[in-house]
Amino acid sequence: MAFSDLFARLRKDEDDADAGADSPAQPTKVLARFLAGLGTRQQPVLLDLGPVVGSNVTFFGEEVGCKILVEDLSKDIDRHVSQAKVGDLPAFFDTRFPQESESIDGILCWDIFDYLERAAAERLSRQLTRVLRPDGVLLAFFSTADPRSAIRPSYTRHVVIDRDHLRYRPYKAARAKQRPLLNRDIQRLLEPLRITENVLLKTNLREVLFRKPAAASVAPSAAPQADR
Amino acid sequence: MWKRDEAVKPTSGQSTPPGSAFQSQPASTSAPSPEARQQSGRDVVNIGKSVVIKGELNGSEDLTIEGQVEGKIELKDHVLTIGANGKIKAHVFAKSLIVLGEVNGNVTASEKVEIRDGGSVDGDIISPRVAIAEGAHFRGSVDMQRKSGQPVQGQQPRPATQPAPQAQTAVQIAQPVAR
Repeated sequence: MAFSDLFARLRKDEDDADAGADSPAQPTKVLARFLAGLGTRQQPVLLDLGPVVGSNVTFFGEEVGCKILVEDLSKDIDRHVSQAKVGDLPAFFDTRFPQESESIDGILCWDIFDYLERAAAERLSRQLTRVLRPDGVLLAFFSTADPRSAIRPSYTRHVVIDRDHLRYRPYKAARAKQRPLLNRDIQRLLEPLRITENVLLKTNLREVLFRKPAAASVAPSAAPQADR
Repeated sequence: MWKRDEAVKPTSGQSTPPGSAFQSQPASTSAPSPEARQQSGRDVVNIGKSVVIKGELNGSEDLTIEGQVEGKIELKDHVLTIGANGKIKAHVFAKSLIVLGEVNGNVTASEKVEIRDGGSVDGDIISPRVAIAEGAHFRGSVDMQRKSGQPVQGQQPRPATQPAPQAQTAVQIAQPVAR
């Protein structure tokens, strides 16, 4: 076998491992509550901060009837890492979201906060609380495991199977997860949002559902120009 | 079937480079051979990868774009395919859109939008059905509820591109010539 064939096969094996297509379905306790929290609006607006997943778009668009905004932050993080500009992430998040204040009914953060240092996470949460409408909901996952146990850094595509099950599909990342946040740090990070559900799964993943209290509405202001 | 050498008529300011041609149309021939027509099975026009069009593109048959288009594309009753080499900076209106290349602009489709592996869309999609393959890039919003063509209330459409002025170049794909 030629070396090129060998390397090609190895590369393919790696890619297959990244895809994680056959990974088992994992239960989710909070997604159903998140969907219920979107309320009875005719077409809730959903902000998805994860990588685009075709089946999720179909699920949220057709089954739930949402309008979906896809803003893949993992690509932004990778770009900053590859350009050695991770320190610019906090300022980047200040201008990342062109959405008007209080215009979003639900935000799917997935596990994006795990990849951010404190300053960047705080600036991101500030923007998310700005765009979330009062009574809106935000879903975030937080790892409780030591990130150093990971052999190589990876992001996760969270594929929605149904309201109670997800499939995790890891793929290569330029940045590893950062130190896990404690419960009180999670609570403070997204203030003034209130935690309505906090579930620790057997997979060491903490699923947290936040809701923006009606009184915590931010005075509407012009959205900053997006860095598109 | 229609004469392919008359299919695209740039009126003025056409930025198509000299020597460029539509993929299915050799420069020396005035119309495709009957065999070529039979092979295609239905009316599909190809815009070759060396073609650059700035302006408005209207059509009444299926179209595959491998070149570059800036401005606006309207194929309201037909399928528009952006080939792997295609680069579109335009507002797109079509019955169905299949993307293998790059689209930068808002898309409205009355039936379906499909972004295949390697395809890329930066812009807002309004379509009752949207299929995004693994490996595709998408950034923007997806609205599968609203009827196509209706404006979104209280929200300005994202100016994804600066469309070229229509008067500068009006490129029309002609109706098929009656046989």
